[in-house]
Amino acid sequence: MTQKNRLDGGLIDRSETFSFRFDSQYYKGHKGDTLASALLANGVRLMGRSFKYHRPRGPMTAGSEEPNAIVELREGTRKEPNTRATTAELYDGLRANSQNRWPSLKFDAMQVNDLLSNFFAAGFYYKTFMWPAAFWEKVYEPIIRRAAGLGSLSTQDDPDGYDKGFLHCDLLIIGGGPAGLAAALTAGEGGARVILCDEDFLIGGRLNLETYAVGGMEGAAWAAETVARLQAMPNVRVMPRTTVIGAFDHGIYGAVERVSDHLAVPEDGKPRQILWRITSKRALLCAGATERPIVFENNDRPGIMQASAVRAYANRWATTPAQQVAIFTNNDDGHRTASDLLAKGVEVVSVIDTRADAPTSSDYDVVAGGVIDQTWGRLGLTRIEVKMPKGGIRRIKCGALGVSGGWNPNVHLTCHQGGRPVWNEALAAFVPSGTLPPGMTVAGAATGVFSTHSALQSGAEGAKAILADLGIKASALALPGAEDTPVRITQFWHVKTAKRAWVDQQNDVTAKDIKLAHQENYVSVEHLKRYTTLGMATDQGKTSNIAGLAIMAEVAGKAIPEVGTTMFRPPYTPTAMGVFAGRAWGMDTKPTRLTPSHTWAEEQGAVFTEAGLWLRAQWYPKPGETHWRQSCDREVIQTRKSVGICDVTSLGKIDVQGTDAAAFLNKVYCNGFAKLPVGKVRYGLMLREDGIVMDDGTAARLAEDHFVVTTTTAKAVQVYRHLEFVRQCLCPNMDVQMISTTDAWAQFAIAGPNSRKLLEKVVDDGVDLSNEAFPFMACGEITICGGLSARLFRISFSGELAYEIAVPTRYGDALVRRLMQAGEEYEVVPYGLEALNVMRIEKGHATANELNGTTTALNLGMGKMVSKAKDSIGSKLSERTGLNEADALKLVGLKPVNPDHKVPAGAHLMTKGTEVIATNDQGYVTSACYSPNLGCHIALGFLKSGDTRIGEIIRLVSPLTGVDHDAEVVSPHFVDPEGDRLRA
Amino acid sequence: MRYSGFRVIKEALTGHRGWGPAWRDPEPKAEYDYVIIGGGGHGLATAYYLAKEYKQSRIAVLEKGWIGGGNVGRNTTIVRSNYLLDGNEPFYEFSLKLWEGLEQELNYNAMMSQRGIINLMHSDAQRDAYIRRGNAMILNGADAQLLDQKQVLEKYPFLNVKNARFPVMGGLLQARAGTARHDAVAWGYARAADQCGVDIIQNCEVTGFKIEGGKIRGVETSRGFIGAKKVGSCVAGSSSKVMAFAGMRLPIESHVLQAFVSEGLKPVLPGVITFGAGHFYCSQSDKGGLVFGGNIDGYNTYASRGNLPMVEDVMEEAIAMFPMLGRARLLRSWGGIMDMSMDGTPIIDKTHIDGLYFNGGWCYGGFKATPASGMVYAHLLATDAPHDTATAFKLDRFHTGHMIDEKGVGNQPNLH
Amino acid sequence: MIINHPLLGPRDSSEFVYLGDASLLNRPDWQADDALEQFIDYGHTRDNPAGLHRELWYHEQGDRSWLVVTRNTVTHEITSVELARDVARTEGRFE
Repeated sequence: MTQKNRLDGGLIDRSETFSFRFDSQYYKGHKGDTLASALLANGVRLMGRSFKYHRPRGPMTAGSEEPNAIVELREGTRKEPNTRATTAELYDGLRANSQNRWPSLKFDAMQVNDLLSNFFAAGFYYKTFMWPAAFWEKVYEPIIRRAAGLGSLSTQDDPDGYDKGFLHCDLLIIGGGPAGLAAALTAGEGGARVILCDEDFLIGGRLNLETYAVGGMEGAAWAAETVARLQAMPNVRVMPRTTVIGAFDHGIYGAVERVSDHLAVPEDGKPRQILWRITSKRALLCAGATERPIVFENNDRPGIMQASAVRAYANRWATTPAQQVAIFTNNDDGHRTASDLLAKGVEVVSVIDTRADAPTSSDYDVVAGGVIDQTWGRLGLTRIEVKMPKGGIRRIKCGALGVSGGWNPNVHLTCHQGGRPVWNEALAAFVPSGTLPPGMTVAGAATGVFSTHSALQSGAEGAKAILADLGIKASALALPGAEDTPVRITQFWHVKTAKRAWVDQQNDVTAKDIKLAHQENYVSVEHLKRYTTLGMATDQGKTSNIAGLAIMAEVAGKAIPEVGTTMFRPPYTPTAMGVFAGRAWGMDTKPTRLTPSHTWAEEQGAVFTEAGLWLRAQWYPKPGETHWRQSCDREVIQTRKSVGICDVTSLGKIDVQGTDAAAFLNKVYCNGFAKLPVGKVRYGLMLREDGIVMDDGTAARLAEDHFVVTTTTAKAVQVYRHLEFVRQCLCPNMDVQMISTTDAWAQFAIAGPNSRKLLEKVVDDGVDLSNEAFPFMACGEITICGGLSARLFRISFSGELAYEIAVPTRYGDALVRRLMQAGEEYEVVPYGLEALNVMRIEKGHATANELNGTTTALNLGMGKMVSKAKDSIGSKLSERTGLNEADALKLVGLKPVNPDHKVPAGAHLMTKGTEVIATNDQGYVTSACYSPNLGCHIALGFLKSGDTRIGEIIRLVSPLTGVDHDAEVVSPHFVDPEGDRLRA
Repeated sequence: MRYSGFRVIKEALTGHRGWGPAWRDPEPKAEYDYVIIGGGGHGLATAYYLAKEYKQSRIAVLEKGWIGGGNVGRNTTIVRSNYLLDGNEPFYEFSLKLWEGLEQELNYNAMMSQRGIINLMHSDAQRDAYIRRGNAMILNGADAQLLDQKQVLEKYPFLNVKNARFPVMGGLLQARAGTARHDAVAWGYARAADQCGVDIIQNCEVTGFKIEGGKIRGVETSRGFIGAKKVGSCVAGSSSKVMAFAGMRLPIESHVLQAFVSEGLKPVLPGVITFGAGHFYCSQSDKGGLVFGGNIDGYNTYASRGNLPMVEDVMEEAIAMFPMLGRARLLRSWGGIMDMSMDGTPIIDKTHIDGLYFNGGWCYGGFKATPASGMVYAHLLATDAPHDTATAFKLDRFHTGHMIDEKGVGNQPNLH
Repeated sequence: MIINHPLLGPRDSSEFVYLGDASLLNRPDWQADDALEQFIDYGHTRDNPAGLHRELWYHEQGDRSWLVVTRNTVTHEITSVELARDVARTEGRFE
């Protein structure tokens, strides 16, 4: 197909011709085209369907505010629904499909909704679909959901990469039109660090869309030359295709650079987009203005567009939506489109100006004081009917109608921190108010100065003032000469006789809907918006809000500013979700922490599991073991029988030093630490200030002024943070220093009756591990393997004779290999988290399942540990009555009455003979396992007054998993309750 | 005027001339029996149930801006009763039952849609905790089901399980949970309350209390003094400000929660789904937008806007779950001020001032509570005794040590 | 947000962890007659002002300093940043 509506000139590169496809049809366009401009050049006006009534729609704009021409761009995994054809850059081989239509764009069965639109007035769904009640989910809602949405996702993983970056500057300039370019030149020449962002791929703003001369040359040429000058300045970063999406606190701006969206596929190694976090000292908003529509009967047909868009397509993209174009305007700017089109050889059939005193022209017909009464053309405009000022209707044949209702400054970013724009009656527009985000000023059309000269001037002056404020001297820019036409506008918002006149074109909100909202008292601007969905389309009201407000003001008998304005919030334009995630995809969602023995464990075929960010060995399957329980049981049995080794590096380790170290630990643990002798370890319980257990662990005193504190894996970070809080904020004069050494030491548990014998093979001569020299809860700094510094702790989580040995992390891999080798004669086994868990349940030791943030020392059976003789964090609030009730939960052990039964964690405990309801709930199971030593399942749990109910048969229920059987309440210490093995 | 399908058809055929105001805009009277401060979902529901269930009259709701403009108008629309603790679950289950009949009760379609909520689980410990919670729900008369990974994938085939940093082991499903059209809840209660004679007074900001001899006499407002026998505060994020007028300091901090909506998309998510290895919740509205959120920003604030780091966090979790969302576009974000309590649980109680009542501390779970909050607060206001399902929501529970801490993170509001 | 660390200069707030009101520096005397009441108030009651707020931030991804930041909760403007340890020494109750 030929480009029948292609004109001469423009800023497209005719030397490069691209082939592309829209729906099933192939077309040609050029480099520099957007999808919309290329389709218009090929005579295609119909590009989409509206949301509710499926009305045929074409582009209304030539920019990012487009509500109508939205398509599914690309295919397969790269499909991008709701992509604005007006900003999608054409590339060779582009594929796009229309959306929200069935079976085709031209014949959309859902347009039946349009015929029924009377029934689908604003908010109709709030008034019906209520009977019978069960029909909502079953009948009504499925029908509604079938019609929901615009474009469709690929439903496949996005194949492209994204990235994030940080930038810093003195001045961020948002928008590269005349104001932004003049500001960048001023600030750049003054030596400031400048970033200039523009959402367009061609910087210059309206200079690229208009025909004005700037400095004696074409505006677009001046823009190109200026951009080249800026790019040559080392202190200026020019960022095309970069949308500033939000203004955040303290001068931070979010910006998205579309690195690869103009290509079929990103270049190798390049991301699709980058999220920049720009920290600026000052920002100058030069975001320009958006032309707004006038609302009239059937104002939504393909071919009816912003007048400024019509001339943008003609001037920049050398295309026209039709060969015969009419203009409908309430201000002088509409006439510019007429003259620009004439200059391009397009026939201007008439300019209908709502003003009786409209300017006249010798080049084109002007209807002063006329309005559009009706339009025709099912899939595209064919004819308009003009209500003449002196009565009567004039029918005019045309394929496009440019509409100009005046210009709205793009104030959006000025509102991101709560500022509200103010109404300017002379401009008939909202302009930025005084309450801007700190550090932001506004220049150019975004402030309501609309001539090229005043935009250049306000940009240059704005930058100069900012630099002066920053203490940078800038010389005044020699302003290039440019047009300085005043704004002449007479407010005219909608043709009052119109019945079906679209305000929000994408969401199909009509003037009538706004009147109905008023009639039903949804008059607050937020009620209006929410009730009618006005302004909630993908353009976020950029093309609809002001007209909607004006109509509401009129029916409510108020002035527009009295009706108010809705809040603009980030992002400025819809933004791909993927870019916010940056590189945090898939396995890189969060960092992965590996233990020092990870490589070795992999060699053993270990199965790993997540423990917070850590990967820990869960079990080590042997050949022939087909179920994890086989491996786990073997590891448990062998450890208790001989010896086992487990990497426990992930437990938090904190080195605490200083003359007040003991006093400090005495403060943070509820039990006493002041008198712990050097060379000894003590179990410690740490409370939150509210008296609930925060964490448990051990503290080993290596010297008078030196402790090593351990935490659970889960709480390592929080405990460290808490200790720093106590140290700096509550005990600022204590002589105590600390550092987290979790990553500095590789630590292994060596447990089992042969653990001493095994260790003796690796410690250096002179290290006495005898029970007398190194008893239970001893600790010391030793050397192993011929001089390697190590820390040895005789502590036991398993309940066996056990040690934990720590060496600098870089020796962790070597140590585990050495220990395994040394243990061969004892048939040493490595054991994983499952076996560790079984052994600690058998021993009755609590872990995170029991320290669940709601349990107290009393609940854990350690109430007596909370010393009353000293001040420690949490001890006071642990005295509250609610935490000390007579029937408080107590940690108990549970054994099934029928040994074949499990005792699953998460089950609840009920007194026998009571009804299974919440009010009879007696407690719950926290941890459960199969004990190969006891030959049955066992569990730990919390039971009301549990310590007095040992021996009671209790009913264990888990309706969620279909469990209901009896269990016996027993001591939580299933194995070696007296602790003889520990002390062996 | 009753709403019905027949009425919609009739009005459509007669130019919609018959629709009247959904609620009146009356001038405030000199005195009321009950003044509810706050025209959000909870305040409007309280007024409605006071009039309807407790047969009280002379009731006003005072709203500083426009009704439904706070958190009921800015939330992720999720309705559920999947709580663990005894202090909470009966209340939220009561609420869910009220939701189930809400449209018929109010004669307003709030589009309560029981599409189910799935909390994904990613570790054995999390599964154990979810089993305990699911059982607690069932014991309290709610519904719960444990799903394995395959069952989750049947509903959410686009969930990332192949390349997931945190394995998806399954999920806890509450099938009766779902979403409701948030604005419609406020409007439905407003209209129904108005029809019961409640005066809804917008643009009326409370600026002080009149308290004599330990008893409330009325409220000072931007529209003058309004006398009242009983005053109930119900102002969410503004709780500390309003109760300070009575000299009270609360166990509450105000924080901002951001929430997000995507462009309209053809349906891909059948219900509500939450990420268990972080904090992310998402559903898809009947209009096609994905509605989602995560954690609060985490610092005290009264500015209803958030910052970029939390936006990135939320989106990272979205992508972690659904890598197909990379090319979906974020359309809009918003921020609401949350009344974060010290244990993450609300307070519905009398105060030390006779006739002054407090309802707040909803953190960011207030929307689902709207019907029950209104009902139990109306009960408290009318009878001076707590409703059976809300006996634990006491103001002095931090004194007695009866905290209701679902997350188990203690007295730090920004962690709840 | 940007927090101007007294030792390290301006840092992005995402490097920090927030705790809450700086009144947490004023931990009560455990031996006072009404110690329990004081601890309940200390632990749970907050001014929660709309305006200037002195609050505790921890430089977790940095030098591990606890800071007292004076920030306006309506505008987010930060007017002062101090080392919490210095504040605790001059204002807090401590040992």
